[in-house]
Amino acid sequence: MSQPVQRYPVGPEPYPAGPVASDGPAQPVEVPAQANRWAMFGYSALQVLLSVYGWLIFALLIVAIVLVIVWIGLPVLLVVLAMLRGYADLHRRLDSRILGAPIPPPYRRPVDAGGGGVFVRLRMRLTDPATWRDMVWLLEVQSLGFALHIAAFVAFPILPIGYWGSPLLMRMQASITRVLIGPTGEKELQQRIGQLETSRAASVDHSAAELRRIERDLHDGAQARLVALGMNLGLAEELITRDPDAAAQLIAEARASSSTALSELRSLVRGIHPPVLADRGLTGGIEALALTHSGPVDVDVQLPGRPPAPVESAVYFAVAEAVTNTAKHAAGASLWIWGRYDADADGQGHLRITVADDGVGGATMPPAGGLAGLAQRLETFDGRLTLASPSGAGTVITIDVPCTLQSATARPPAVH
Amino acid sequence: MRVVLAEDLALLRDGLIRLLTAHDFEVVEAVDNGPSLVRALVNHRPDVAVVDVRLPPSFTDEGLRAALEARHQVPGLPVLVLSQYVEQLYARELLAQGSGGVGYLLKDRVSDIGQFVEAIRRVAGGGTAMDPEVISQLLSRHRDSSPIATLTPREREVLGHMAEGRSNAAIAGAMFITEKAVGKHTNSIFIKLGLEQSEDDNRRVLAVLAYLDAAPGS
Repeated sequence: MSQPVQRYPVGPEPYPAGPVASDGPAQPVEVPAQANRWAMFGYSALQVLLSVYGWLIFALLIVAIVLVIVWIGLPVLLVVLAMLRGYADLHRRLDSRILGAPIPPPYRRPVDAGGGGVFVRLRMRLTDPATWRDMVWLLEVQSLGFALHIAAFVAFPILPIGYWGSPLLMRMQASITRVLIGPTGEKELQQRIGQLETSRAASVDHSAAELRRIERDLHDGAQARLVALGMNLGLAEELITRDPDAAAQLIAEARASSSTALSELRSLVRGIHPPVLADRGLTGGIEALALTHSGPVDVDVQLPGRPPAPVESAVYFAVAEAVTNTAKHAAGASLWIWGRYDADADGQGHLRITVADDGVGGATMPPAGGLAGLAQRLETFDGRLTLASPSGAGTVITIDVPCTLQSATARPPAVH
Repeated sequence: MRVVLAEDLALLRDGLIRLLTAHDFEVVEAVDNGPSLVRALVNHRPDVAVVDVRLPPSFTDEGLRAALEARHQVPGLPVLVLSQYVEQLYARELLAQGSGGVGYLLKDRVSDIGQFVEAIRRVAGGGTAMDPEVISQLLSRHRDSSPIATLTPREREVLGHMAEGRSNAAIAGAMFITEKAVGKHTNSIFIKLGLEQSEDDNRRVLAVLAYLDAAPGS
């Protein structure tokens, strides 16, 4: 059975009239595992039973439309549309399991779902094209859909045709449903754009914050030290003839300052662009990180090339954070780092790294923490960072980034 | 003593030549890139080489690779590697060949002229000169696992100096204790770590480094 795969998140589409909706970070859509035959048999029975509810909705819809002439039809219509939406949602979920592919709801998310009177909300519902598609779908699912579900249910026990034909009928109906009330291609593009905008904003924020940090570290650290160094040397220059011993002391202090400044610059550089990563690539960088761990370590990273530099950097720092967390909370534990590059089912190559320890577990990823920030940074490349850490049973961090590797750059020919 | 120097930054190269000449070293050749370095080392077979890690053409670890290649061709060729940063990974590669005559120092150390010259002489004599920064990284890896945890703070200090490659006399000078006291500490350390004592200073340093380099708890 295939593992549930997380696709790109469903983002809010800004409502045309009024301020843009902002429901916070979008939730990823989970792709369900494809149902097997027996599950489909069950679903067919379920959907036949559900069609009763569908008939009820249909009847109420007619009643509501008629009653619109009298004002009472309007709130009734609102309620019926909500019921219809629920019914459609249910079918979308069932059919996504039948197809093994997600069918996210294509509705617009309104700005203020709570407020507004009956008129406002009704207007919002009726101007959303998805509502009308729901109604057309209702006609289909109660007629053709019903027939297909009954046929699938009845045919299933009849071998051999039923065994194969029944899932086929279910899938047919599920595809029709998807076409009618699933997201349109345009909708998916809009959702993708929403997700890209979010991750770009996060990336820009991150870069700006990084630059501020570098400027501050340079200002308070190395620059300050060099100023102190200059001062000491200046004083030593003054005193060298009058008080050579004091001058010697000042010069020694100046030397110490230069040493500290270099040390701080080293840390700064390491935090921006670690030299070992630049020289040896991700494999070498991860090996170097593993060497900092104080317990048994097992590194198995085999990559046929190097990912693009920003991806390499993001992945490196994510692994570094994971290793640091292990050192902080599970110092003596065993550490495993595993890395491979494989092509996915859709032909896209994925860089996958796993960092695991057998420490105390119970680790979390607080939204303001380092790991969450790095997860966000990886999302810029459509990458994912997931954390599994049951209490008392260790921690596993998985990093998955789609990318292409450049084959290891050939060493330049020797100059003679 | 004959020295080959490899440093691509002209300012630093000239400074080093001046420093070395002032301390009775003869700079037989000063190169500024990796391929020339290998050639110079094999041709001249100096008493010691002082090599910057980062050299053209790749500006990565060109110098380190050249040093390892030269030591492969001329076994035991003493090389002192200088770098703006130290990585345990590179230290391990230098020590992998198992023989002495290697050094790995931060360029910062050059400013302490006495120590720097002493390190060069030590490496030329077949000893080792590992930067205290590398040693402290190695030690911190073992901080949670015994038997390092069973060492007293003084012993740990002595262990650190030993791992850098210093002789008992030098350790005594650095810690302001007598050589005899140093000897007592080293005995205790070797017993606690389960290492064999050796008369040969170089061998004992290599034993300590090999111990520290191995995975903790193994």
